[in-house]
Amino acid sequence: MTHLPYLIPGWILLVGVYGIVTSRNLVHAVVCLSVAQSATYVLLLTVGYQKKATAPVFSDIKPTRNVVDPLVQAMTLTDIVVGATVTALLLALTVQVAKRRGTVDPDQLRSLEP
Amino acid sequence: MSRRLRLLVLGVGGAGLAVLFALAAFRLPRFGGTFHPYGQRTLPNALARHTPNVISSINFDQRALDTLGEELILMASALAAVLVLRTVRAEQEDSAGEHAYGPAQVFDALRITGYLLLPVTLMTGVYIVAHGYLSPGGGFQGGVVLGSAIHLVYLAGDYPALARIRPVPMFEAGEALAAGAFVVLALWFAGQVKAMNAVVGLEVGCAFVLALAKFFEQALLVRKDS
Repeated sequence: MTHLPYLIPGWILLVGVYGIVTSRNLVHAVVCLSVAQSATYVLLLTVGYQKKATAPVFSDIKPTRNVVDPLVQAMTLTDIVVGATVTALLLALTVQVAKRRGTVDPDQLRSLEP
Repeated sequence: MSRRLRLLVLGVGGAGLAVLFALAAFRLPRFGGTFHPYGQRTLPNALARHTPNVISSINFDQRALDTLGEELILMASALAAVLVLRTVRAEQEDSAGEHAYGPAQVFDALRITGYLLLPVTLMTGVYIVAHGYLSPGGGFQGGVVLGSAIHLVYLAGDYPALARIRPVPMFEAGEALAAGAFVVLALWFAGQVKAMNAVVGLEVGCAFVLALAKFFEQALLVRKDS
């Protein structure tokens, strides 16, 4: 029972990948990629969790107080920023695909050039 | 590849991943346990450098070089989004004044709420950036708040007003300047958490505004030549 929380990110990842594979719309696929990526946030935070510990901000607690692992939280922040920018870029590409090819269904986008 | 075959490949791959992931997960240290070797090494360093928010200390002091990479990814992808969404030859752009999406279609109550929230949201963004070394927050979070704050003008008023208060060239210059300043800070003055928070806030805000500006143009202003 002490390891079950680690399985949640795996489940989120699989759900996201399933969404991408069965997607019929590129915007939907981009959102599914975000879901799959959020598995990494959950995994990082799960790894850093510690029972009876608080947030690693020492402005209002004693330095001796137990805190959760701050390193993985910092990595999660990096992860979120990079994820958001990738989403923006992919949505921009989707706009151009829609304009040039007239469709956002991945199944109808076969060849590279019309 | 047909849908059935694709689902089959996904099923096999997904099952394999699930098994390997579960095997790996059950070999990890106990959930909620006290074994955090890296985290415990960062804590004394953060306290020694007087940065109560340990996450800010890690991002802008102990791992400043990694954050430099993250920052450059952010800039590169904002730049790429702007490039991808540029107006192509066969299209032309209407001027912002031709579209007054807003006041006519927005309730007065909503408009007043938007205008009232604008200064409050800007203030919150500045607070989150400025207090990033002390309390939860920092340049990345505050920058997003700042960048989205000015879009309240669009939600509450109209597009021309938004276009007036965010001159795109100024935000492009701000983005470039902030990125340059961050490179200098990260390589030579790592640990200046307050200054780095401010620069990152500026850069994230500018990148956010630029990318959204391009999406706005695509949605509202660009049309194909007939």
